[in-house]
Amino acid sequence: MHGTHTTGSPYAPHTEEDRSAMLEAVGAESVDDLFDIPDAVEFDGEFGIDVRSERETRQLVRTILGRNDDLTELLGRGHYGYYVPSLVDHLADRSEFLTSYTQYQPEISQGFLQALFEYQSLLVELTGLEVANCSMYDAATALGEAATLAERVRDTSGHRVLVPDLLLEGWRSTLENYVAGTDLEVEEYPTDDANVDLAALEELVDEECVMVYAENPTVRGAIEEGLESVGDLASDHDALFVLGSDPIALSLLQRPADVGADVVVGDASVLGLPTSYGMGLGLFATTDDYLRQVPGRLVGASEDATDRRAYTLTLQTREQHIRRERATSNICTNQAWVALRTAMHAAYLGPNGMVDLAECGVTRAEDLAERLDDIVGVKAPVHDRHHLREFVARVDQPAPAIASDLEKRGFAVHVVDEHELQVCVAGVPDERIDPFVAAFREVIR
Amino acid sequence: MSDRDENDADPRAAQVRYDQARYVENGEYEPLLSEKDQTRVEIGGGDGDDGDGSGDDDSPLPDDLTRDSLELPELSEPELARHYTRLSQMIYGIDSGPYPLGSCTMKYNPKFTEDVAALPKAAVHPDRSERSTQGSLELMYRLQDYLGRIGGMDAVTLQPPAGAAGEFVGIRVAAAYHEHNGEGHRDEVIIPESAHGTNFASAALGGYDVVSLPSDDGGRVDLEALEAALSENTAALMLTNPNTLGLFERDIEEIAEMVHDVGGLLYYDGANLNALLGRARPGDMGFDVMHYNVHKTFATPHGGGGPGAGPVGVVDELAPFLPAPGVRENGESESEPGYELFDPEHTIGKVHGYQGNWLVLVKAFAYIARLGDEGLTDASATAVLNANYLASRIEYEVPYEPFHHEFVASAGEQDAADVAKRMLDYGVHPPTTKWPEIVPEALMTEPTEVEGKGTLDRLAAAFNAVAGEDDETLADAPERTTARRIDQTNAARSPRLSWQALGSDEE
Repeated sequence: MHGTHTTGSPYAPHTEEDRSAMLEAVGAESVDDLFDIPDAVEFDGEFGIDVRSERETRQLVRTILGRNDDLTELLGRGHYGYYVPSLVDHLADRSEFLTSYTQYQPEISQGFLQALFEYQSLLVELTGLEVANCSMYDAATALGEAATLAERVRDTSGHRVLVPDLLLEGWRSTLENYVAGTDLEVEEYPTDDANVDLAALEELVDEECVMVYAENPTVRGAIEEGLESVGDLASDHDALFVLGSDPIALSLLQRPADVGADVVVGDASVLGLPTSYGMGLGLFATTDDYLRQVPGRLVGASEDATDRRAYTLTLQTREQHIRRERATSNICTNQAWVALRTAMHAAYLGPNGMVDLAECGVTRAEDLAERLDDIVGVKAPVHDRHHLREFVARVDQPAPAIASDLEKRGFAVHVVDEHELQVCVAGVPDERIDPFVAAFREVIR
Repeated sequence: MSDRDENDADPRAAQVRYDQARYVENGEYEPLLSEKDQTRVEIGGGDGDDGDGSGDDDSPLPDDLTRDSLELPELSEPELARHYTRLSQMIYGIDSGPYPLGSCTMKYNPKFTEDVAALPKAAVHPDRSERSTQGSLELMYRLQDYLGRIGGMDAVTLQPPAGAAGEFVGIRVAAAYHEHNGEGHRDEVIIPESAHGTNFASAALGGYDVVSLPSDDGGRVDLEALEAALSENTAALMLTNPNTLGLFERDIEEIAEMVHDVGGLLYYDGANLNALLGRARPGDMGFDVMHYNVHKTFATPHGGGGPGAGPVGVVDELAPFLPAPGVRENGESESEPGYELFDPEHTIGKVHGYQGNWLVLVKAFAYIARLGDEGLTDASATAVLNANYLASRIEYEVPYEPFHHEFVASAGEQDAADVAKRMLDYGVHPPTTKWPEIVPEALMTEPTEVEGKGTLDRLAAAFNAVAGEDDETLADAPERTTARRIDQTNAARSPRLSWQALGSDEE
């Protein structure tokens, strides 16, 4: 009977008659006979997991997640609550997109391959670099892959990887794990007023450096003003210049190719995903020079037997399933469906929408900073820079207590240190800004 | 068995009256977005003073901080809806038909799990306080607990965003464990030749030398070869059980003892866990560390290449080395338990910026909670029955048995890749081909539990129809798909990886 399964997998369509006929066909008395597992390692216990109806399961998950508070999130640092248009949910959820596997048979996968080809093309336009793969897991793992690529393509035996002191702890830690099997060592360079400290970086860069990493905007939301100089410093010492960014920032800010970037990494899921508790989409683009050292999947154009253009996964001899321990990366399953969502969201916005969204991130951040700065006991922004989406505010009172009081009033912000908070406007509806400023005024008293 | 005779007599019976969508416009299959429109937006004219820009453009940033222009397609929502709908109609998914891709465990993905992952309260920022995200933490805690019970493991991390990422965590945890015990000299990982390619790549990424292990005549681990490979330099043996031929490694207890005797760790590749649910647990077999492929065993959709999730389970001894943060109960209240994040004592740190592919974890939790003990155990039993039934119906030889949830047939004189292309014409997805290399012209087949007898009969008829066809027919296949046979050599020889590259090439 439909909907009343209490035993067995509800997704196995067999009737008892089917099972009997199949057992007979294979010459077995029972399914147990088909298992070739020695008694000593056979499991005869129970997991203790109850069977539930679909309705009960939905209710269970709803109840558990219901313990998450409703907050207006003024949090950023790579994850933003930009509104995702319904088009994205409805079309990406079409089951052919959702339920297909990696495109090993291109003739029946043209739709997905084309969508990924379009995603790669989007990143090529945004970065100005010639090659983009069709996804890494997230920004942190993309950064790790950039470092191992730098080690492979660098001619000399250098071992130093330079990253800003502001690099997020989770990214730094992930990078450390990715380079643990190499000779690379991760070192910090200082920042100055939330930008690269160029003088200090110049002191640190030498022929032992294989990679210099910088971000635009920086973790503090400040737009980087010395990128060309960073690019020059890196190339003068034959180190790769790896730049961290995201599709919205890239729609407006300096083009990575124009500032000498060799690799661009970052989280592309700022488009296409809500703030999914850290789920992401690693962006990875580089120049033609390193094409054969790129990690991950690449979709290329070719022709079929009718000479029509068709798409296929290509250059697979870089990959683990062919090259095994000599592969450029161990990545297999990646984030293809999230890349699809990002491409859809970008296509929905179009170039005008993307630039508008980025420019709004500048003006709304500026406006909110001004309003907070008007509050006695608050200085915002702390950094004398242009900002995109987020900025740091200095508060006279202990920042953790203020953040906690704001949370009680329904607003989440970052604590930077004892007297600094970070605030982000991206994805925050206009009508929540006034209540936030009012709440800030209250808790600062 | 009269129906079988009918199928054998008439190969066309295997055919589904179903052609894949094929749109041709201006001589191409569905045009690229860039071929429908290209709009250039000029940026600049701003001086950085808000609202004080001159001319039409009032960019809020000074010119030297911005790009000059952005050129992308600008299309209406209906145009996009049609574009993506057409693209979706040119894709074969598990909802299109059977997908017996060996070692990939392509199960039907229940629809309700999409709804629970789309709950507004699943979408929270990863930097929110623990106090305000008790729901997310509880779900993770309960999923860790479920996976621990299913695998017979003492502690679980949910952070790895895919199976290969899980392998890498296992390797890093093993390295940290050995280092902690003053055994940092161990620099070798042993891997059977038939293992998944990711095993080799993950071990290499972790800095290990790979020692490749041949199989014995029966297709299992050669114990003498293992003995010879093991040494004081062995960090770990990575094993899939059942292996990629679908064979259970019956000597697993002895293998575990041999590896442990030299101080190595035993790693379980969870790709084939669907064969064992409720029948055997890696922890009980002596494995120290394992990963779970939730998009395989726990039916979260593969999304055309991800996202997946690859949680890692370990025995108590290795728990202190797991990635940070883990989730645990905080013990503050018995009536309503609270949850908190914590860093394991000797943690390797992080392998993902945050908590991995969270929405996938929500789907996996819902799937496990729906099936429970009986459903999970039955999934495995039915998957094994299905594989055995399908193998018994096909005319291709299956050299190694008794297999469990998957089997490797040989295409014999035919080219396995051509066989796969031809199967597309019969409206089914082909098996994994040419791997593992132990079987010549391998057709690695895994029907999973979700295919009923009728579908398996149709699949078998497709196999058998192709088995009877000549090389020329096979070489011309496929003919009923969106695109005809695609020239993959040319794609690699002159790579065109974006519409920008295509434009310059075709001008």
